[in-house]
Amino acid sequence: MRRSSFAKKEALRGYLCISPWVFGFVVFALGPMVFSFFISMTRWDMIKPAQFVGLENYARIFADDFRFRQSLWVTARYAALSLPLGMAGSLMLAMLLNMNLRGTRLFRAIFYIPAILPGVAVTMLWLWILKPRDGVLNYLLGFLHISPKPWISDPNWALPSFVIMSLWGIGGGMIIYLAGLQGIPQELYEAAEIDGAGTWARFRRITLPLISPTILFNLVMGIIGSFQVFTASFVMTPNGGPGYSTLFYVLYLYQKAFRYLQMGYASALAWILFIIILGLTLIILRTSNRWVYYESSE
Amino acid sequence: MKKQKTFWKIASYATILMGIVIVMTPVVWLISTSLKDASQVFDPTIWIPRPPHFENYTKALSVMPFARYLANTCLVTFSCMALTIISSSLAAFGFARMRFPGRNILFVTLLSTLMLPAQVTMIPVFRIWSGLGLYDTFAPLIAPAAFGSAFYIFLLRQYFLTIPMEMDEAARIDGAGTLTIWWRIVMPQAKPALATVAVLSFMSHWNDFLGPLIYLSDPSKRTLALALWAFQGQYSTDWNLLMAASTVVMLPLLVLFFFAQRYFVQGVALSGLKG
Repeated sequence: MRRSSFAKKEALRGYLCISPWVFGFVVFALGPMVFSFFISMTRWDMIKPAQFVGLENYARIFADDFRFRQSLWVTARYAALSLPLGMAGSLMLAMLLNMNLRGTRLFRAIFYIPAILPGVAVTMLWLWILKPRDGVLNYLLGFLHISPKPWISDPNWALPSFVIMSLWGIGGGMIIYLAGLQGIPQELYEAAEIDGAGTWARFRRITLPLISPTILFNLVMGIIGSFQVFTASFVMTPNGGPGYSTLFYVLYLYQKAFRYLQMGYASALAWILFIIILGLTLIILRTSNRWVYYESSE
Repeated sequence: MKKQKTFWKIASYATILMGIVIVMTPVVWLISTSLKDASQVFDPTIWIPRPPHFENYTKALSVMPFARYLANTCLVTFSCMALTIISSSLAAFGFARMRFPGRNILFVTLLSTLMLPAQVTMIPVFRIWSGLGLYDTFAPLIAPAAFGSAFYIFLLRQYFLTIPMEMDEAARIDGAGTLTIWWRIVMPQAKPALATVAVLSFMSHWNDFLGPLIYLSDPSKRTLALALWAFQGQYSTDWNLLMAASTVVMLPLLVLFFFAQRYFVQGVALSGLKG
């Protein structure tokens, strides 16, 4: 009797502690989600009352919205370019900085700096660096005998410009890989070396399997992040760039919502984005047991 | 064998140094441009402007009400930081140190909100704030921090789990209430984790752009990130001034990073991602 009244008291205290979060969850996440799904089936400009239109927004998006398809294509291509390059680059960097060379701590800090700087300021810096005429990148590439590129003023070069900018920030991924690498017992490498395993074999048979959970994490976060690119595209190319070549998905969504005040349509776009992200994440997690190695499961 | 090792060492150093040159060049260029005068700005061959035009900084800061924007940004950033720490740690305390029915389900729900893209809730939440008549105030930027943030709750819960439960029980026997145990027993033990949350939340609110962009319209209410963007619209050809303003907006983060570097990095380790 006394025991259960104590448990009741503890439960009550527990609920009290988490109640602010629960309130926030209901008001800022759960409620808005339900509300957003409802308004995705209306025509609504936030001034006149919403008008129920069923699945019309979704039908229009899939049937005849050129910009929707374009923005999805832009975002997918960006992800396909920047993710593999960024993940491979940050892993390589992490391995270099995990060799206990002199000055490693300082090097790590330097590589991490771009990842903490404000997006607006960073984007403006790159806007300046990438200027087609008198831009410093073209000037520096001249030393390597590379002809000047038009960068963000040209439909073919605009998206690669964004990829280059994202690669500047690979220090963020590097830090996460470093945490993973530091969890690998050094004895494994020593044993492998005694057995005559070369550098590549050690990487392939020890490093890769043991950091595969970290790779999975970076992959999932990377996909979520690259489908939500906004600040860079909005500051560099608020209208979507030449020939809509940098009309990122969230930029298009923002335009629909806050420039054209088509809140119903924008909500439908948001739900499609949610489904895409959720779908990709689930596919990756489902297939991950084929390539992710968990020590505890052995 | 020894020779091979030395080769790898040299190759590694060379690669790292090349990487550092690539990473630092934009930063050097930023500072170099910010010190040029109008006649040198469009000349990429000049890297060390002589004489350095420090007055670009005073000019860039005087064409906008900089002190005002700095005050706005500090108000939002520090309020959010304080509220986030209090609300997130309280929720984490509940999840880590209390038993109650539905705890696991609620915790999984909390983790699943990490996956929810902000774009889905953005429009309804905007409607709520404008419905409350709080559009163009700081309330929509600050108030959500009072309800905790899923990632920080998760992070702090992981850390709280490592603090021995006996301490709570002993305090409870001595007659301490729940809030006292949270504030006096658990919080002082969790300083490294709290510092990590403080640093990460400072960074995310200082850098926040979408929030101020959506909710603020009165120019005098702008935060620095928003002001920088508006500044670019007005002075799009004065690259030296733009770069000076960008440097100023970046500076607090660089200083913070310099002094609190390990707390930036610790977030990764705390979330249990090690291996």
